[in-house]
Amino acid sequence: MVGLATVFGAGGGTSSYAEAEIADVIVMWGSNARNAHPIYFHHVLKAVNAGARLYVVDPRHSETAQFADRWLGLNVGTDIALAHTIAREIISAGLVHRAFIERATVGFDEFAAYVDDWTLERGEAVTGVPADAIRELAHAYATANAAQLCWTLGITEHHNGVDNVLSLCNLALLTGQVGRPGAGLSPLRGQNNVQGGGDMGALPNKLPGFQDIVDDLARAKFEAEWGVEVPAENGWHLTQMFEAMERGDLRSVFVIGENPAQSEADSQHATHLLESLDHLVVLDIYLTKTAQLADVVLPGSASWCESDGTVTNSERRVQRVRKALDPPGEARDDIDILLAVAERLGQRWHYDTHEDIWDELRRLSPMHAGMSWQRLDELGGIQWPCYSDDRIEPSYLHGRLWADDPAERGRLAPFSVVHDEPPVEALDDVYPLRLTTGRRLDSYNTGVQSGGFSSPNRMGETIDVSPEDASLMRITEGELVAISSRRGTIHAPARIDRGLRPGLVFMTMHFPDEVDVNVITIDATDPKAGTAEFKACAVRIDKLPVDIPLAAAGD
Amino acid sequence: MSEPTTAAITLNIDGADVTVPSGTTILQAAGGRGCGIPTLCYGDTITPKNACRVCMVEVEGSRVLVPSCSRPVEPGMVVRTRSERVDHSRKMVLEFLGSSVDLSLTDHVDEWNAEYGADPTRYGADAATLADQPVKVDNDLYIRDYAKCILCYQCVDACGEQWQNSFVIEIAGRGFDSRVSTENDVSLPDSACVYCGNCIQVCPTGALMFKSEYDMRSAGTWDEEHQTVVDTICAFCGVGCNLSLHVQDNTIVKVMSPSDSSITHGNLCVKGRFGFQHAQNRP
Repeated sequence: MVGLATVFGAGGGTSSYAEAEIADVIVMWGSNARNAHPIYFHHVLKAVNAGARLYVVDPRHSETAQFADRWLGLNVGTDIALAHTIAREIISAGLVHRAFIERATVGFDEFAAYVDDWTLERGEAVTGVPADAIRELAHAYATANAAQLCWTLGITEHHNGVDNVLSLCNLALLTGQVGRPGAGLSPLRGQNNVQGGGDMGALPNKLPGFQDIVDDLARAKFEAEWGVEVPAENGWHLTQMFEAMERGDLRSVFVIGENPAQSEADSQHATHLLESLDHLVVLDIYLTKTAQLADVVLPGSASWCESDGTVTNSERRVQRVRKALDPPGEARDDIDILLAVAERLGQRWHYDTHEDIWDELRRLSPMHAGMSWQRLDELGGIQWPCYSDDRIEPSYLHGRLWADDPAERGRLAPFSVVHDEPPVEALDDVYPLRLTTGRRLDSYNTGVQSGGFSSPNRMGETIDVSPEDASLMRITEGELVAISSRRGTIHAPARIDRGLRPGLVFMTMHFPDEVDVNVITIDATDPKAGTAEFKACAVRIDKLPVDIPLAAAGD
Repeated sequence: MSEPTTAAITLNIDGADVTVPSGTTILQAAGGRGCGIPTLCYGDTITPKNACRVCMVEVEGSRVLVPSCSRPVEPGMVVRTRSERVDHSRKMVLEFLGSSVDLSLTDHVDEWNAEYGADPTRYGADAATLADQPVKVDNDLYIRDYAKCILCYQCVDACGEQWQNSFVIEIAGRGFDSRVSTENDVSLPDSACVYCGNCIQVCPTGALMFKSEYDMRSAGTWDEEHQTVVDTICAFCGVGCNLSLHVQDNTIVKVMSPSDSSITHGNLCVKGRFGFQHAQNRP
């Protein structure tokens, strides 16, 4: 969200799912949407089956890459180098959208000078992607009538994830592939309401509706509605909170619907910090590993089926969730719990219905003002922004950048000069393999939700290795091996995956109770967004000593 | 991107003039599903396959009856949705299907049989039938009861290029022995199936069914009268797919997706379709 907000002023994907169907070039970068966002990928496949070209940029030849016209298998963490090389090729081939650059952007000359030495040859040497593939993608993207550039956690889960996003935004600015039907930038959110959490101000520097917390006028509006003073300073994001725990500045934590004891990189360290708190309260629908550490556990309700409200998806569509089930036992609606906690803290918050809370938001957040629950029901959800009850805005953002009138065009979009940086942890003789992480189709995050159903395809945690590495290390399919990083050692069965190149290994984090992958991942984080570098750490694989069964030895 | 301009076309259906955009089918012009023209293989998310022939209508000047689900309207077309010829054709279709497969869970069949005077039993006990084959139960998520399959092709098309692009099933065999099959008829766990259940979503006869529904029907506890359907949003990834939760006794028993959703078009992945259990694994 930070990257898109920096360039365009709004932290949301610029296109709609249906627009993928009218794009003639689609680039999926660091996204295995076939597995991680299958129904979005249906829209992509509609386009592909109608003749659109699909380029997949991913270190792995993923399930998504199997549908691609061309797969660009880059070295982990060389996304910026690849983006710069593509940019340089677009510029030197004369394929930039000159009119768009002049009217809608700033900083082109500086950017062009910065990327000028990213020749195809240098790009190939750094990224490992053949020069002709880089050239093909550059030309296809620049000359498309409408191109979609989509990404997921393969871009953001790096120590420089924001810079990665900025480098992709540069490509859209160079070519005018934004702000038009079918042309845009589409980050696919990893979790069901990541976008909605941001919309509602669950960011350390924002009030609901992406209004800056340090903006006096915005704050005054909320203070008048709420009758309290809102502190005029930015808070901490998750990583900063853990740093504050480490310093001893943060002693009490209220965790709602998160499982940081297992989901944080370097989880042993995270667990230790949570254990050392004076007071930990966890509101969840399960007794998660984090909840087991808590002083107080508040049993909540499943927001998607035991409560009424809204969520926002990756195309900025706000949709209603509805209560279908009564929560079990003494579990209560999360909102009831929050109201009760507020009351204990001396605040009387009064709402008759969940819809009342939403209507309060509509009074405070202009981008949500036109979204009554009734309208959300009638229209199958509404994409933000929606400023009034009688209008629906275009399905894509930033059409203003194409306006003739400079006043309507508004704030110009800046090119970003970002430096390419390798992953924090370099490979060496002791830890010579690059571990990257991701998801499988039938599982999700730490498995708390997806572990509940019996999937015939679920194979449990494995360490996926290339056939070449397996052969070199004399590892066979299914063999239990030790995987070590500088932080710890875990054991998992090997799985030989022909989609991996030598030197690259892959794990999920779906089965932390059996194999706690986050014991070995690195907690290097992006200073701007606080996202951890789950996608790159250095590991080694060791064969386990063969135990000769005693009975066999005695024969 | 503007829609290509569509010309308005006027035709006559059962004596009344109707004006619709070009490209509209006769069925749509007549009011779509539920307008009185029976349909079996027609689904609102799948390109019409013209497989079942129950929606045939008479078009003046046409030698043969035409399938209303797929035939586009033409200017001046004169359509009769009921005539002796149409009714006789529908009666035969209902009797052939009704005598050879189990239509007990297919909506509207009883009323159509009555309306068209169809008697599937009139071919006697020796009539060739597919209704005596065992149910395929090879995983915990869904079952396949091909005794109920009318070969509408919707599951094949949903699994194939029209939606899922997994291409796990196809029609195998010829003539009366045609059947929906995985490659070499292997079990689902041995096939490339990803358990999206988008085949269940489009199946009109109950041949493909949630295991949860199958088990409850077998136990005699399936009670649609006392079920509610609540629309909500999937709790997994950030795509925001629309779910229709079928709930009985405070328990989710089946998950569908609205076919008019601009996000899903009725499709889900394995997590959205079957991943609900986490909310009700209760002590």
